[in-house]
Amino acid sequence: MSRRTVAELSRSLARGEFSSTELTRDYLSRIKQFNGVYNAYITVTEELALAQATAADQRRARGEHGPLTGIPIAHKDIFCMQDVRTTCASKMLSNFISPYNATVVERLNAAGTVTLGKTNMDEFAMGSSNETSFFGAVRNPWDPERVPGGSSGGSAAAVAADLCAIATGTDTGGSIRQPAAFCGITGFKPSYGRISRWGMIAFASSLDQAGPISKSAEDAALMMNAIAGPDSKDSTCVDVAAPDYMATLNDSLQGLRIGVPRQHLAEGLGAEVESALQAALKVFESLGATIKEVDLPNSHLSVSAYYVIAPAEASANLSRFDGVRYGYRCADPVNLEDMYKRSRSEGFGSEVKRRIMIGTYALSAGFYDAYYIKAQQIRRLIKQDFDNAFKDVDVIIGPTTPHTAFKLGEKNSDPVTMYLEDIYTIAVNLAGLPGMSIPAGSHKGLPIGIQLVGKDFDEARLLNVAHQYQQNTDWHLQRPEV
Amino acid sequence: MALEKSDVEKIAHLARLHIDATEAQEVANRISSILDLIDQMQSVETRNVAPLAHPFDAVQRLRPDVVTEKNEREYLQKIAPSVQKGLYLVPKVIE
Repeated sequence: MSRRTVAELSRSLARGEFSSTELTRDYLSRIKQFNGVYNAYITVTEELALAQATAADQRRARGEHGPLTGIPIAHKDIFCMQDVRTTCASKMLSNFISPYNATVVERLNAAGTVTLGKTNMDEFAMGSSNETSFFGAVRNPWDPERVPGGSSGGSAAAVAADLCAIATGTDTGGSIRQPAAFCGITGFKPSYGRISRWGMIAFASSLDQAGPISKSAEDAALMMNAIAGPDSKDSTCVDVAAPDYMATLNDSLQGLRIGVPRQHLAEGLGAEVESALQAALKVFESLGATIKEVDLPNSHLSVSAYYVIAPAEASANLSRFDGVRYGYRCADPVNLEDMYKRSRSEGFGSEVKRRIMIGTYALSAGFYDAYYIKAQQIRRLIKQDFDNAFKDVDVIIGPTTPHTAFKLGEKNSDPVTMYLEDIYTIAVNLAGLPGMSIPAGSHKGLPIGIQLVGKDFDEARLLNVAHQYQQNTDWHLQRPEV
Repeated sequence: MALEKSDVEKIAHLARLHIDATEAQEVANRISSILDLIDQMQSVETRNVAPLAHPFDAVQRLRPDVVTEKNEREYLQKIAPSVQKGLYLVPKVIE
């Protein structure tokens, strides 16, 4: 039953080969068997899953089902789920039972998915290795000595090890795409504003976006059809109806114009990643696409600008955690200031505190123009670079990461080294564009991902390009031996 | 840009964080190395570039000014650390 894509499972459920209840029990037993190794889940919602599976089977019997009805899913623990613990992988929220559902969760519930549990992540989504979680690091199913990437590392590891059929993730600077690349699966970050952020615990509000982490582009399209589109609860979610992402998956790539960023082929890119990228470009050429180099001249500044903008927004967003209304409160506070300071210092981990302090500094009197305004000016230059490049091409394709998954502990002694892991993904968030990572090679048994970037709200094109690649290659079908 | 221990103490206070005196220097060093990365921005002239706060230069969408939520005070306060008679309790603020 397991190891199949959502599309395949959906067909099997429709043919009555097995029920959602049987499928759900199979996944729950896999989680029991393997979660101890990978630490992909923070919370397993077994009772809820079995109840939802029963409901899905009844719904199918009545003929009221859709393609996702009865499909076992996992949610990144950044999405609020009513009456379920939602921790954001932080001690601060380790006792937080959410009183409401995120819109993404609400819509997937309505589609009939079966929630297996909440996946591990970097604390408050701040990290690129899933090592900052209060609940311990996640291990990469391809090599448990290596990181799965972050911050959606639990979702990526759960999909790769087949501890769920598909999962949700969020991406602020690469947090869907980088773990997808490291775990050999498909990760899709839609345009900023395509999917509601309601109930998704905020990190950097002008950058955060939810998206699917899946075994194929087709599965990503299936989830997108359920979650994309306007939401009155999030005023930053654009008021434009989402198209049917399945409808264009099989469009021909004849005449597709692909741009490859010259700056992403420069120093710092691992030879194994570059050769996988070149091989993938040959596949696209054979499908009728043309390839040309494009310039993103300010892309080298994206990490610098991001580490002002994201921490600045985070310092404001995380000021709500004060020990008053919910979340962690320190023991025996002597006065209000002591309660604020100790609740926050004991409740947040060191990376979260570091980013709050950087953001506080960048926004403080005397530094605001030099840091925050400057970073927003750089952000416009980066956006303009993409606008110029997209005058000549339909999609941009490059590496997702400079190299394959690194070892646990290898990069966490120096935050700057860790931050540079997201060098190819961050600019896409600053520009608000859709981006995805798909598996396109392997080196010493570890997967390699390539990144596809599209024009504003051109998600359908990206999914089409990725699907056509996956129809003609089998990298996305490779699975680790768990 | 190198931060001093005293800078870290000031920033920590603004952010309502407590940093132990023993770890202040290490925190200062780490934040300083991140500020060096950030300072690479200064290599580009941006005098005539308008800041971009939102990827699509969008404007805030408004909704009719009517009540849409129902009062769920008790339900929402179930998760509070300390509540009495519908009010959140904190340490004494006024002596």
